[in-house]
Amino acid sequence: MKLVALVPLLPLIGVLINGLFGAQIKDRAHLIAVPAAGLSCLAAFVVFFQTIGGATLDWDVYSWLKVGDLKVSIGLLVDPLSTVMMLVVTFVGFLIHIYSIGYMHGDRGFARFFTYLNLFMFSMLVLVLANNYLLMFLGWEGVGLCSYLLIGFWYEKKSAADAGKKAFVVNRIGDAGFMLGLFFIWSTFGSLKYTEVFAAIDPALGAGIYTTITLLLFVGAIGKSAQLPLYVWLPDAMEGPTPVSALIHAATMVTAGVYMVARSSPLYNLAPFSLEVVAWVGALTAVFSATIALVQNDIKKVVAYSTISQLGYMFIGAGAGAYASSVFHLATHAFFKALLFLGAGSVIHSLHGEQDIRKMGGLWKAMPITAWTFLLASLANGGIFPLAGFWSKDEILFNAFERGLTIPWLLGLIGAFLTAFYMFRLFFQVFTGQFRGDAHTAHHLHESPPNMAYPLLVLGFFSVIAGLLFGFPPDHGLYHRFVAPIFEAAHESEGAAIHAAASSEIAMAALSLAIALLGIGLAYLFYIKRPDLPSRLADKAQGVYRLLLNKYWVDELYQAIFVDFGKRFCRFLWGVDARVVDGAVNGSSWLTMRLSALSAWNDLKIVDGLVNAIADLIQGGSVTLRRLQTGAIQNYILAMTLGILGIVVFYLFV
Amino acid sequence: MVPLSHYLILSALLFAIGMFGALTRRNAIGVLMALELMFNAVNVSFVAFSRYLPQPLLQGQIFAIFVITVAAAEAAVGLAIVLGLYRNFKTINVDEINLMKW
Amino acid sequence: MTVTQGVFFFMAAFTVGASLLVVLARNIVHCAIALVFAFFGVAALFVLLDAEFLAAVQVLLYVGGITILLLFAIMLTSRISARGVKIMNEQVGISAVVALALFGLMAFASLKGFPALVPPQLAASSNTASLGRLLLTTYVLPFEVVSLLLLAAMVGAIILARREGGKD
Repeated sequence: MKLVALVPLLPLIGVLINGLFGAQIKDRAHLIAVPAAGLSCLAAFVVFFQTIGGATLDWDVYSWLKVGDLKVSIGLLVDPLSTVMMLVVTFVGFLIHIYSIGYMHGDRGFARFFTYLNLFMFSMLVLVLANNYLLMFLGWEGVGLCSYLLIGFWYEKKSAADAGKKAFVVNRIGDAGFMLGLFFIWSTFGSLKYTEVFAAIDPALGAGIYTTITLLLFVGAIGKSAQLPLYVWLPDAMEGPTPVSALIHAATMVTAGVYMVARSSPLYNLAPFSLEVVAWVGALTAVFSATIALVQNDIKKVVAYSTISQLGYMFIGAGAGAYASSVFHLATHAFFKALLFLGAGSVIHSLHGEQDIRKMGGLWKAMPITAWTFLLASLANGGIFPLAGFWSKDEILFNAFERGLTIPWLLGLIGAFLTAFYMFRLFFQVFTGQFRGDAHTAHHLHESPPNMAYPLLVLGFFSVIAGLLFGFPPDHGLYHRFVAPIFEAAHESEGAAIHAAASSEIAMAALSLAIALLGIGLAYLFYIKRPDLPSRLADKAQGVYRLLLNKYWVDELYQAIFVDFGKRFCRFLWGVDARVVDGAVNGSSWLTMRLSALSAWNDLKIVDGLVNAIADLIQGGSVTLRRLQTGAIQNYILAMTLGILGIVVFYLFV
Repeated sequence: MVPLSHYLILSALLFAIGMFGALTRRNAIGVLMALELMFNAVNVSFVAFSRYLPQPLLQGQIFAIFVITVAAAEAAVGLAIVLGLYRNFKTINVDEINLMKW
Repeated sequence: MTVTQGVFFFMAAFTVGASLLVVLARNIVHCAIALVFAFFGVAALFVLLDAEFLAAVQVLLYVGGITILLLFAIMLTSRISARGVKIMNEQVGISAVVALALFGLMAFASLKGFPALVPPQLAASSNTASLGRLLLTTYVLPFEVVSLLLLAAMVGAIILARREGGKD
């Protein structure tokens, strides 16, 4: 099972080769990167099979740092949770690597792209396979870096460079909270290794410390997994190439937050308040971003907001204590969301860069594979029976309801309705009806090449069967039994869900299905039957429409409050420096000049004056005294006589 | 009897008069004459003392003799100088002879 | 008032008057004549003081020698002051004050120090003989030195009074 070391290592080797020799390799880079990803995936499967019997591995490969009492090592943990994540990451990653060969064909940065893609794989695998929080954080930062590099891949485009920066900065805010959480973990438990931390958990410490730690960790998750209020980077991240959006912003990086919460479930179980916060944030995010997705006109933006929304669902699940369900939704979502992005990429590729759905339509005929797979993915996303999304989303909502999180459950239902609606709005606008673009593009409509089409098919397949295959019956499927050992403690609280009547679960499932179908129906009405309705509704509710179209003006709000304020503050500080500091410097020089002038005056007037005064005094004295020298003897005699007189007087009377 | 103090007062008076003359006369010979007056006053005083002491001493008179002698010598030399002055400056008004003035 | 006192006062007044003339006369020859009278007055006072030899010496040397000398000098440098030319210099005022002050002080000292000292009785002896005896015994050295002084004075006077460059 130590083969697991190869899983992150192979992509790393790919990075080194492509990174160092990219200039020589140029457009053959995929020959290094894709096999690296593929072999990594193969190794992952081998490891998986080894774990089926229940075997785990906690392997400290290498002692990383020893600072005082802090001992951290490079260590790999192979248990059901990390195995699931590892499989998802390597499998979807491998498919996207293949897709990228076709999508990035002819791009100037071909080798650079694959280097970054491999680097991302490496970082993500380190994240999920780490056996301690610090190494996970290393991977966490690594994927953040790769996100920045890949979003701003076409860096000559200002909007792309800005989007990369925005992603990194917003992530950083979350990372600050995450780091504080790490500090608290270490100071409370004396270690950062999962097994040691979870073994040291003592309920007697009081809910306060667990709430603090878990809330801080969740702040990191809010940033990384794009929840309210740190979601703003994800829609802008669409500036990056579509494979990047598929891999990073749908399937893997954004799910790191969910994984982290699931991994820390022993801590969360002792902080019920944090769990409620998680569920509420997830629910609100789910509905909020769904409303924005209703009116967006960029194909990738709709899918991006859908991602944010679905991540919200995962957090609802985590907040309900149904960690297994949320990770299950993570896995199914990885398939159909990646598929949606790759399909969108296919469309954009065919239309030579057009992304506005108002200029699309009727692509069914020209791109059947893309269209079919897109349909399947939309159905899965909408949560329609029996596709993958249905099982996982339904499980989450049921658990939420059973746990007593009624409002989040309700919001989740509303979100399901909205999700179905906007997904099919997208599908109908893009693939049905008449083509609304220009004639030139119309002539060049074509299906994607095989290296792009095959991944679509594979993902489509899994979007259909994954739920049924792994997740049936709900809470007792193959998947659940596989990950059960991890979430034992949670199962105590999940007990309610498990032992609830199957009937109530079926009733709930039927309810959510009905709502989803209602959403699809409404979309059909708006965009097939009566295409005039959307514009009439928009005119009627102009305020609401503009609010949604402008994403609630959140970006503008942040810009005004944080960015502009920050810039003004910086300018103010610069002013202080320029005026106060320089003023002080100039002032001191002015002062010095004044002092030196004073000193000069002093020297000139006073010192010289003194010297001159003495000279004048002596001269005056001598002028006066000279008069004694009259040259006349009788004056001298008189003087002598006066002296004698004086002596006599003195002698006689003193 | 004439008390000693009378002689002394006389001597003082003569001395003062001689001094006044020495200080004020412009003619050089006039100054010398005033000088002789001063000498005489002193002589009177000496002799008076030598007579009036309880144990009369003649030292006073001896001294008076010497004073007279030296006065004579001095008068001779002094007048020789005055002659020299007259030859050089054509005047013997002492306040006109002030080459030593600054 | 005894005879002695009367003579004393008369001679004193005479001498003082003569000396005042000496310092105040305009004509320098009048000064010389007044000086002679002053000398005589002093000689008389010497006689009153039982210093006969001294009186004789006074007359001989002063009147006979010095006065003649002075007259010769006056003659040689005669510039009889005409009317209008000053005979006193500017410091008349202060000199008068100073002289008066000096006199005052000395008079005061005399009166305080020697109020009414009376002359003691003298043994009858020859003044000349006594002086002669003293001069040649106790004061023989000063006597010799004075003679040297006189010689020096004589020589000096001659040299000083000689005409320039002449072999007089």
